[in-house]
Amino acid sequence: MNLSQALEVASCTDPGIVRSHNEDSIAADATKGLVVLADGMGGYNAGEVASGMATTVITTELQHLLEETPPYRLEPASGRPWAEKLLKDQIAKANTSIFQAAQSQPQYSGMGTTLVAGLFYDNKLMLAHIGDSRAYRLRGEAFEQITRDHSLLQEQIDSGMITPEQAKFSQNKNLVTRALGIDPTVEPELNCFEAQPGDVYLLCSDGLNDMVSDEDIGMTLQTLSANLRLAAQQLVQMANDNGGRDNVSVILVRVVRDYAAPKGWLSRLFGWLK
Amino acid sequence: MPAKLILSMDGLVLKEIALTKERTTIGRKPHNDIQIDNLAVSGEHAVIVTILNDSFLEDLGSTNGTLVNGQPIKKHFLQTNDVVELGKYKLKYINDQGQKSVAPQDFERTMVLRPGAVPKADAPKPSISQAVPAMGASPPAPTMGASQPTPTAAPSASQPVKPVSASQGAPTMGSSQPMSASQQLALGGKVAAIQLLSGSNAGKEMELTKALTTLGKPGVQVAVITKRPQGFFITHVEGANFPIVNGKLLDAQAHPLNDHDIVELAGVKMEFFYKT
Repeated sequence: MNLSQALEVASCTDPGIVRSHNEDSIAADATKGLVVLADGMGGYNAGEVASGMATTVITTELQHLLEETPPYRLEPASGRPWAEKLLKDQIAKANTSIFQAAQSQPQYSGMGTTLVAGLFYDNKLMLAHIGDSRAYRLRGEAFEQITRDHSLLQEQIDSGMITPEQAKFSQNKNLVTRALGIDPTVEPELNCFEAQPGDVYLLCSDGLNDMVSDEDIGMTLQTLSANLRLAAQQLVQMANDNGGRDNVSVILVRVVRDYAAPKGWLSRLFGWLK
Repeated sequence: MPAKLILSMDGLVLKEIALTKERTTIGRKPHNDIQIDNLAVSGEHAVIVTILNDSFLEDLGSTNGTLVNGQPIKKHFLQTNDVVELGKYKLKYINDQGQKSVAPQDFERTMVLRPGAVPKADAPKPSISQAVPAMGASPPAPTMGASQPTPTAAPSASQPVKPVSASQGAPTMGSSQPMSASQQLALGGKVAAIQLLSGSNAGKEMELTKALTTLGKPGVQVAVITKRPQGFFITHVEGANFPIVNGKLLDAQAHPLNDHDIVELAGVKMEFFYKT
């Protein structure tokens, strides 16, 4: 199923003001409804290698697999939609690739990457994430974060040790508790969301949300949602205007219209009779 | 250098205590790490839990309470120069570790937290060491630590929802957003405005105080004026027609605005100018 009529996608990535390398990596395919963003870490250029591997492995494999298996069909073994298994399997594959590269080549030792990946299908968004790369949703007036960081800070907030207000001043902002390619296996967090026409989804690396407040990000999306490309560029520009201390990447997806999957012959018949 | 507390009373420094332990207890009874022998102080008054560079102060249900910077607290994430008050005694919290010894760039760098990397994080409470899903543990670690209260299933429900109260504006003057203090500073406090020269609202003036100000009619033609450290820029947002500045048609690129530029948008002329 081609989703290019239902989804509008814009993206932008920038090394920022301070750093010379861009260790972020992004990939988006509107026809397949697939968006992937990774923020690499590791010395020298290892971060770029890790994030590049993550986006490449996940997108190329998935583009291929989506041709064969419709993501909305239920997987017989688990009764869950294929989208979930497809994402999980490809993330596991990317994890193994990065982990093995890091093990076999000393210059890549210890590299890893955070990840946020979304697959749009059947009026849904299957979202997987690892680490502190985020996804947000703008629906009408409501702008909210729909991923929960795997970071020390988030866990301090969850356990009630500090409030989100205090978290802004914490010195532990940069400690993630999960990453792709660090260990032989990784557990991504997967969540499924109902998508509605008009929704705008934002995937971003921490270079955006560390430099620009959620309020400002939400306002920008609301103000400029008519022009997604401009909104993406504006977000990156705001991060840079505020100091641009990290690489900053954004992917924006707007749901232009309904993209329900074609159901069985019976429902198609009903649809036709209506 | 670890974080420390400076104990004083009536402006007289009594002693300095380094926060080297994970739990530093404060109270009147002698078994406390910091003993304050004063009747206004409870036997077990408060505790400071220190994890990495961060210290958290918790009142242990004391009779007379604990103040931080004059405010009563139950639990508090200590910031350098915070003043903790127990009765007449004051404890000043000093932590220059993060600011000084860690270069800002290292501090920004994302790192993976492995159990081995945490110096002696055998927390006494169900706190951090368990909350961190063991990355390095050899069997595939359980997804969530025991103390993570929210199940993975419903993140949208548990995330703090921030309703954005944007006033998606009237046809002519649109929504906008505030800008950060640093941006304000960089512009040197220069205030600019737009004055309408034609149309039904001719003569109306609007100050460009926000980082983004949209102009035009949604669905017909919209442009946005962005306030940046280096000045003001106008960019086309939507519609078949692009804005005209000083008689010149713009393209999709952002265009810098100069004092007394004339902008034409959706058939309305307006002037951009700096206020003095």
